[in-house]
Amino acid sequence: MKPAFSVLFFTVTSGIGYGLLMWLVAMQLMSGQVGDLSNVLIVGFIGLTLATLGLLSSTLHLANPKNAWRAFSRFRTSWLSREGVLSLVYYPIILAYAYLLYISGDELTILAKGMGVVSLLIALAIVVCTGMIYASLKPIRQWHNPLVTPLYLLFSFTSGALAFSLMSLALEGRLSDFATRAFVLLLVTSLLIKVLYFKSIGKPEGSTIGSATGFSQAQVRLLEAGHTSDTFLTKEFVFDAGAMKLLRLRWLMIILTFVVPLGLIVASYMFDVAPAAYLAMISLYLGLFIERWLFFAEARHVVRLYHGDQRA
Amino acid sequence: MKLGLVIDLDTCVGCHACATACKQWNTSGTIGPLSDQNPYGKNPDGAWLNRVRTYEVKEQQSTHKAPPVKPAGAPMAHKFDLFALATQGESALTVAGINSATGAPASKTVHMPMSCMQCEDADCVTVCPTGASYKREEDGIVLIDQDKCMGCNLCSWACPYGARELDEEQGVMKKCTLCVDRIYDQNLPESERQPACVLSCPTSSRIFGDFDDPTSEVSRLTVERAGQALMPELGYKPTNRYLPPREKGEMPMMAKTNQPALSKLKQWANRVIAR
Repeated sequence: MKPAFSVLFFTVTSGIGYGLLMWLVAMQLMSGQVGDLSNVLIVGFIGLTLATLGLLSSTLHLANPKNAWRAFSRFRTSWLSREGVLSLVYYPIILAYAYLLYISGDELTILAKGMGVVSLLIALAIVVCTGMIYASLKPIRQWHNPLVTPLYLLFSFTSGALAFSLMSLALEGRLSDFATRAFVLLLVTSLLIKVLYFKSIGKPEGSTIGSATGFSQAQVRLLEAGHTSDTFLTKEFVFDAGAMKLLRLRWLMIILTFVVPLGLIVASYMFDVAPAAYLAMISLYLGLFIERWLFFAEARHVVRLYHGDQRA
Repeated sequence: MKLGLVIDLDTCVGCHACATACKQWNTSGTIGPLSDQNPYGKNPDGAWLNRVRTYEVKEQQSTHKAPPVKPAGAPMAHKFDLFALATQGESALTVAGINSATGAPASKTVHMPMSCMQCEDADCVTVCPTGASYKREEDGIVLIDQDKCMGCNLCSWACPYGARELDEEQGVMKKCTLCVDRIYDQNLPESERQPACVLSCPTSSRIFGDFDDPTSEVSRLTVERAGQALMPELGYKPTNRYLPPREKGEMPMMAKTNQPALSKLKQWANRVIAR
């Protein structure tokens, strides 16, 4: 699949935004305390801005954006529509939560707690929808994989944890103990699942040029594609980065997403080096961007079989 | 009703008349225009609803010991397999219609026109967030409401058959309509109430009809000639069926005879005079 920049930016940035908001609400629910309200509002504003920027960017890849408003109509069957509806519903909920925080005293009221839980569930559901948009597509076996949605969730939690910890470093002068430890744990879990995912898509399975053309026990070879230049189908689905490049990018992704942030955050936490924590975030963001690029570049749609690929 | 097409891979000659007729009809039809980019330039491109591809189908060489490729979740072997049919016959080397007495692996050129399969479980419809993509209850035709499409491409991602193409000029998705604006047109003579691709096919390799009616030609052909669905393992339940190339037996060869010199001379003289 051809990686679309607007979609890569959307899933990474919104993932961090919703992750940060989930962390913010979850930490408040766990402590039961409102804390420093102005700081909470700043963090919430940043989270909501990231999520919104991502959502806006996702509309950039539409060929006919004037009909985008219609995307809220098929939430009963379409994951894309569900994502749209939920992301819209999230705004009044999170704003109501902010207002309930504002009118609470030091302790969260029961109403604020309830609203917090609702916002948490909706944010969670939005990220699940993002994953399911890809995981529900049967013609792309690298996406139609049970690990895809958990990975979207994990990356959102992980990047949200780091962002939350950075916020407390910026606003309160020190990394959040809990969020930093959780970040390390989540990062290691994400790495394990991602490696499992790479192993899982590496297995030769799924449709072949034989099952695509019906001649499944013969050798089938494309003689003529029927067109002299690229078509919508080849431009959209046939993307070849080269095996060596993909392999190198996998390693670069693992280094930038996992190794560097882990080293930097441990250094920052143990030896109190603030800039290292910010560098960890930059590295994680770049790493996740490559991770999402690879997610597209390594996905092989079965239409490629009709254009001469031997297997999906 | 379950309207769809049967495509005969035995007789298709790969002339692209169906694709051209489709483009011509639909560019001025209800979903038109089907825009082109750079049509007279170096790299012409445009939205097509029907594309013809050509494949070489070759007998798998047993000496290579290449394990037969079995797609996960697919039924044992498709009836569609030329070579499954062949091994049931007398000679394992005789592949439907081809004789490989020379020992070279038998092969055949197959032209495969592909348009929308009008799937029963059409994911392109369920993934559509705007409701532009829909499947008609009454005849099973999958259509796109051009006024509702926002051009997100998700339906084309969900289609395994490459049946949907974005019209870059208009920013909306286009797909085969089974010429819904022809087949119900009471102003056309009844014989012409068929999709443009079917009418234009010079070898009658495309047959249009109702698969729900067991007496229709499409149902009869599917049963008689073991019509197959493409990529059944994905579970889309495509309606269109492809008829495999038929067993044709050995091709008669001109016998090499030792004729007397006089008759050879006569034949030569006849040929010269005939000119």
